[in-house]
Amino acid sequence: MKIRLFPSMTILAAAVFALSFSASANMTGPYTLETAATPLPNTKPGSAENGRKVFYHRKKGNCLACHAVTDLEDVLFHGEVGPPLDGVGSNYTEAELRLQVVNPKVNNSDSIMPAYHRTEGLRRVLVKFQNKPILTAQEVEDIVAYMMTLKDE
Amino acid sequence: MKSILKSGAAVFAISAMLVSFTVVAEEAEDLKSGYYFASDEIKSIQDDDFGNPALLLLEDAEVLWSEVDGTEGKSCASCHEDPATDMAGVGIKYPMYDEKLKKPITLSQKINRERKEKMGAKEWKWESGNLLNTSAYIMLQSVGMEYDLKIDGPMEPFYKKGEKLYNTRNGQFDMACKHCHMDYTDTMLRGNRLSYGLGNGFPAYRVGAQKFVSLHKRFRGCEKRLRAQPFKTQSDEYVNMELYLKWRGRKVPVEVPAVRL
Repeated sequence: MKIRLFPSMTILAAAVFALSFSASANMTGPYTLETAATPLPNTKPGSAENGRKVFYHRKKGNCLACHAVTDLEDVLFHGEVGPPLDGVGSNYTEAELRLQVVNPKVNNSDSIMPAYHRTEGLRRVLVKFQNKPILTAQEVEDIVAYMMTLKDE
Repeated sequence: MKSILKSGAAVFAISAMLVSFTVVAEEAEDLKSGYYFASDEIKSIQDDDFGNPALLLLEDAEVLWSEVDGTEGKSCASCHEDPATDMAGVGIKYPMYDEKLKKPITLSQKINRERKEKMGAKEWKWESGNLLNTSAYIMLQSVGMEYDLKIDGPMEPFYKKGEKLYNTRNGQFDMACKHCHMDYTDTMLRGNRLSYGLGNGFPAYRVGAQKFVSLHKRFRGCEKRLRAQPFKTQSDEYVNMELYLKWRGRKVPVEVPAVRL
């Protein structure tokens, strides 16, 4: 009995271990508004203060490349490829914002906006960025927390 | 009565199809050179007939044209004595189908081949000042002209490959060229106004580099921006895309020397 159970228990344990590991490092499977209602796995509650920095950091979110935000008007050159983000904290739920940042293609498959926390389905990624999402799960949470502070006046 | 309704419905259906098609397709005549999307400072440098720093590089190319190089004791001028007439309308034909290689070749590739086969001279490096200055000098003899390209017959599969690459999402940012250069032209991406990315000014004098930069190098820069692994300069992929781009911009006249950011 013991000998028969052992291999399957090991496989089961390995599978659980592998699944929990992959869920935190790499979002796989369909990401929906429902999934987006909960924070990304293995994250601390988002910090709006940190999120603001991730938002305008050129090598991280670089969100100003496409979006204008009055709260950051001291930073030069806001893009207009995407809509201005003033008031998104009033007009959208946390789940909607999280969904859009993690994978905007769920809402619009022809979107120009990158998926900030996906690594699958990409082509010819520069070697140093392969298998890495643009933003870590914590950075996503921080940015979402920051965007929730962008309320209508 | 019935026939009027039927023909009316047919007209409506056809118009609806035409409208939906024209909303998606762009007209070649409506496209504009990158010049129009550049800042006032950049435009004024290009417009400066005396102070444009690229003019000095064209002068270098003019001198180089008559310099003997290689085992045959020839210069470009030995066969092409008067560039203004000999090279007029030449640069605008590239990429051109090559019978030997059975694929399109670029002006840069042709220059190097002529050097090797006719002059017995060493081929220039793709991004070297000599090659790009000479390339710009040859394009100068076609300034103001429109591209004169073939995309049918043997060129068709290469054109289609270029079109496909242009519309394929790449890189960690998962964007295709068309996203910026078709869907969002004339909008600000950070501090830059997005152009149609046509290539009519290439090789272009880029103010940061302070020299002529090739179109393929520009492709590489864009791809790296998207965090995509770029292809090599003068690779088949970029030659095909160059063909597609220039066909797309076939109504936009060649500018030399074009100044870009």
